[in-house]
Amino acid sequence: MKRIALIGMPNAGKSTLFNRMSGGSAKVANWPGVTVDLLSSKLLLDGGMVEIVDLPGIYDLHGFSDDEQVVRHFLANNTVDLVLIVVNASQIDRQLSLTLQLKSLNMPAVILLNMADEAKKLGISIDTKKLSTELGYSTLLLSAKYGQGYAESYQAIETTLRTSAARPARAIEEDFAVDKAMETELDNLVKHSVDFPAQIGNTITEKIDSMALHPVFGLPLFFGFMFMIFQAVYTIGGPLQEAMAWIFETFRDIALVPLLSGLPPLLNGFLIGGVFDGLATVASFVPIVIVFFLFMAFVEDSGYLSRAAFLMDALMSRMGLDGRSFVMLLMGFGCNVPALMGTRTMRSRGLRLLTMLVIPFSLCSARLQVFVFMTTALFAPQHAPIVLFSLYIMTFVVVILTALLFKGHFNSQEPFALELPPYRLPTYRQMLLRGWHEVGVFVKRATKFITIGVVMVWVLTNMPYGVEPASAASWSGIIGEFMSPVLSPAGINPELTIALIFGFVAKEIVIGALAVIYGLEGSALMAGIADQIDWVQAYSFMLFTLIYTPCLSTIATLRTEAKSGWFTTVSLVWPLTLAWVVSAGFYQAARFLGY
Amino acid sequence: MKIIQRLSEMKVGQIATIQAFHVDTGFKYRLNGLGLRVGKKIEVVRHAPFTGPFQLRIGSTELMLRKQDADMIEVLM
Repeated sequence: MKRIALIGMPNAGKSTLFNRMSGGSAKVANWPGVTVDLLSSKLLLDGGMVEIVDLPGIYDLHGFSDDEQVVRHFLANNTVDLVLIVVNASQIDRQLSLTLQLKSLNMPAVILLNMADEAKKLGISIDTKKLSTELGYSTLLLSAKYGQGYAESYQAIETTLRTSAARPARAIEEDFAVDKAMETELDNLVKHSVDFPAQIGNTITEKIDSMALHPVFGLPLFFGFMFMIFQAVYTIGGPLQEAMAWIFETFRDIALVPLLSGLPPLLNGFLIGGVFDGLATVASFVPIVIVFFLFMAFVEDSGYLSRAAFLMDALMSRMGLDGRSFVMLLMGFGCNVPALMGTRTMRSRGLRLLTMLVIPFSLCSARLQVFVFMTTALFAPQHAPIVLFSLYIMTFVVVILTALLFKGHFNSQEPFALELPPYRLPTYRQMLLRGWHEVGVFVKRATKFITIGVVMVWVLTNMPYGVEPASAASWSGIIGEFMSPVLSPAGINPELTIALIFGFVAKEIVIGALAVIYGLEGSALMAGIADQIDWVQAYSFMLFTLIYTPCLSTIATLRTEAKSGWFTTVSLVWPLTLAWVVSAGFYQAARFLGY
Repeated sequence: MKIIQRLSEMKVGQIATIQAFHVDTGFKYRLNGLGLRVGKKIEVVRHAPFTGPFQLRIGSTELMLRKQDADMIEVLM
């Protein structure tokens, strides 16, 4: 099968193009010579199946970052029939440098000048015919986002695939003489075939930036904006969650219970009180997660994240981190795993490790479910969003504390250069795809750990046979009692302890586990928990959940990315210790003050 | 009169021509990729609060750079 590799600089819109081409059917896979997973997909071109691989965005084929090494290793170990070079048309004056580097390797290629719509708006006109002749590569204008120019692009890809010879796997040598000549070639190419207006200015972006990056209002605006997003997620997602819970409850009462009534009590209890209640409770939070990711997709695609990096870099540099670390923390609000992978653009190991040490404190969407559940159960509706926001603030408090404590061990002199792309509005399509993707992620997690987790919790709370569920005599009761000297100073009771133990695997299991332990579901579960613990205990439990060891996937990613057993151990032990100190400290202080 | 100075000494709104880089090879690759090359015109758009990074414009690209890194770039005013 022929193989196409997608190469481009960061912010060239490569992912958007890849998503369009693959139709969302991409798979992660291992590649010879490359230690990280790359996305790839198969598509029908010219009557045959062609494999297309999405390589990480890079600035320079010879660069020193992990991403740049991945691309080099990939080309050194894999035959490529065609590279699709994605260039941001409005930045063609600099992004063509990567094209020239690939050309010097005699790479069979097609050049896609992406974001043609944006370039046109800026008054940039590109003579693609001239460019094609001078470069010797088919060069086409495209708008990956709005879907223009695909037919012509596919045609050019098919023709080139048919007529060019593949580049066999071969290492990439450095050649400084070529680099120097390339600068002149780049300037000439741009001079001959691109017409830039005398004054390039994105007036809308400039206007927004004069507010968003304002020396005084910039930061307050940022935090106000984030608060509004969390408020909106809660306001929109809350009722959706209740509706979902109601649907599951109704289904259970009118269909499931009568249907399974003939089964022996133990099996019946296992299926309804274990598997169904556990999974349904977790599933009812999926709408909140989707709403959350829709907002995240909007923020990510808008270009605002790099503004956040600009505003926060001064503070981050004092903690031994940089603006990118802050962006990764924000990405971690969605899921810690991709945020950890995002640190690959950092060259300094110290900076990268310190960033990876703090990312797991980011209040991810799985933890958000636990907190929405707990705050709804134990706080008045008008207080709940504030309680939730205080936990986001806690993320930063813990990050600052950890970074200050550890920055001496993870030294970094890494220079910091980051692009500020123009503001862009994401399309509905992009946002819907993102939401749909999250449903897929949930289904995958549900079929893996969440089901196993709730089943195990059911076994622990209902065994040995004949015992009162979740009582002191059950296995879970015994474990809870055993752990109680450690966790009771933090106000965490034996039931919550079991939930925390399983939360180590995945935070979604925490609420599933509570449903199984209490043998209740939906609003009844919330009422049951509110009867048993007060808000001080609940907040202490939430602090512990926020800070302690992140989920199994995060630990696994930390290990593969850091490639260090020592670092993985630190990132397990430190959060656990800190979680206990913060929760116990909060609980004891609150009780001391008479709450 | 033309004077050579550091990029970090430029004021907001000023435009200068890049003269030389005193940075390691890896970072030079990154800066080149972002469009910073000798002979190119560069503008300081704004400074971030609390001695944070500089916002720079070069051609159609905007980027941020810390003061200590901007110290390492010579420009011709």
